[in-house]
Amino acid sequence: MLLEKTINKLAEGLRKKQFTCEDLVKECYENIEKYNKKINAFITIVDKETALKNAQEKDKTLSKSSSKLHGIPFVIKDAYITKNTKTTSASFVLKEYIPQYNATVYQKLLDAGAILIGKMNMDAWGHGGSSENTDFGPVKNPYDLDRSAGGSSGGNAAAIASRMCVFAIGEDTGGSIRNPAAWCNISGLKVTYGRVSRYGTIAYASSFDSVGPMAKSVEDLAVVLEAIAGKDKYDATSSPNPVPKYSQELTKTLKDIVIGIPGEFFNEGLDQQVSDKIMTAVEKMKTLGIKIKKISIPLFDYGIPVYYLIGPSETSSNLGRYDGIRYGQDRRFFTDETARRIMIGTYALSSGYYDAYYKQAQKVRTLFIEEYKKALTQCDVIIMPVMPTPAVKLGELLNNPLQNLLADIYTVSQNPVGVPSLAIPCGFTKEGLPIGMQLVGKMFSEELLLQLGYHYQLITDWHKKSPSLINK
Amino acid sequence: MSKKILLTKDEILHLAKLAGLTLSDSQLARLPNDLSSVIEYMSKIKSLNTTGVKETTQVTNLKNVFREDEIEKERMLTQEEALSNAKNTLNGYFKVKAIFHN
Repeated sequence: MLLEKTINKLAEGLRKKQFTCEDLVKECYENIEKYNKKINAFITIVDKETALKNAQEKDKTLSKSSSKLHGIPFVIKDAYITKNTKTTSASFVLKEYIPQYNATVYQKLLDAGAILIGKMNMDAWGHGGSSENTDFGPVKNPYDLDRSAGGSSGGNAAAIASRMCVFAIGEDTGGSIRNPAAWCNISGLKVTYGRVSRYGTIAYASSFDSVGPMAKSVEDLAVVLEAIAGKDKYDATSSPNPVPKYSQELTKTLKDIVIGIPGEFFNEGLDQQVSDKIMTAVEKMKTLGIKIKKISIPLFDYGIPVYYLIGPSETSSNLGRYDGIRYGQDRRFFTDETARRIMIGTYALSSGYYDAYYKQAQKVRTLFIEEYKKALTQCDVIIMPVMPTPAVKLGELLNNPLQNLLADIYTVSQNPVGVPSLAIPCGFTKEGLPIGMQLVGKMFSEELLLQLGYHYQLITDWHKKSPSLINK
Repeated sequence: MSKKILLTKDEILHLAKLAGLTLSDSQLARLPNDLSSVIEYMSKIKSLNTTGVKETTQVTNLKNVFREDEIEKERMLTQEEALSNAKNTLNGYFKVKAIFHN
């Protein structure tokens, strides 16, 4: 299957005329036709004839100066504005919304020559970690159709795992890229806040939201990040820091890298199989010459309150614009989970509670920034679980609002701080469910994280495994 | 989790009003319990000593990012485009409910 190849190999094959962009796109649609009914990864599938025509055009225009992404089929979370293509954020509030302009990340990929295949299912507005809080039916995990694909970028991860596209663009506010990556055995990168423009992203929590790539391998993530990162005049929070040549830096030898293991992240509440697999990965990393150091993040327990006070506060403000007047349907169409988050935020911001909740959370956010800074002076990278358990059964989290929030415990503290985190596969449970781990680094250390992930994937093959669903 | 109810039905209705949400009967029945358990959990943040700590509202370290005060034509929508998703328009305007009453 062509879709098993890395982007570098695909770009090479296209240039050597071993296959065409049209072949690639055809393969995506074959897999979509075979598996999407079972998985429900898509909200909108681009019309096949349109995509094929686009691919034929790309075959004609491929040249020496073309981007590596020229002719490469991809999908994008339905949280990104795409001109003339329906954009719903998985909510009936935006059931028939047709945007008039493009998100910067999408425009950059179009400019690079990549081919859009679809807009992906997710938790509505990013509110959730299981892709069940959607008005378009839950996304099913390709490794076990009775289980969640994770969320909120669940459609992305499920589509990559079942080879319906080459890569995807997700959005991570408190784990939304890393969580589904871990549960579907793919790689995903939450970038440093501001590394990629948020222009045209439907906002969840504006000071946490980060736009990032999801793919089969770290090698692919580097190619995509290089194409989408950088300053955007339409997003004042996008960073002017120069964009490294991530894909070229990958192969550099790792020198004197120290990985920190924070004890608090490997305590009670973490599934034993998940913990064991991460420790096996740590041993494997030692063979790369990496040193290991025990560290401590004592504030760990306060990650959830910081995230779930500030996030909902920002969302209650951001979602205020959905009044059904200029676009969309009215506010009765918000799901229960979204209504809860809007109300928690409204509570935390309301007079009499503002100081004790919102303001206090913003102060503890400062403490978290200091704590991560301190931890990252003792080591270069911190290793952590992504999720406390392997993929849960559908419905398991949905029925318990508080449990639903607590499942995000390992992924919520990085966003208020702004640091990047790379989620990569590190094994499977006895039952065959994927397990992921995350590598968290200093602000703008994507280069190092990708390098580390790349070298780990050179000596392991977890990321090459695919679900039995597509291997039957 | 204890079953302590921090929020009464009346308070839920007040919050819904602030948030511009209309709640169904079944939502109203569940929300006092659901929101109370969440807020009770988040309340542990109050126990941290944050005396003298400044709040963080954003993490970019960027200050005063301005652009020229000029019209960006490439970003302008035509009137037709601007109205293209609205359900109620009149003579090229968005139609809204009256705010002032006689």
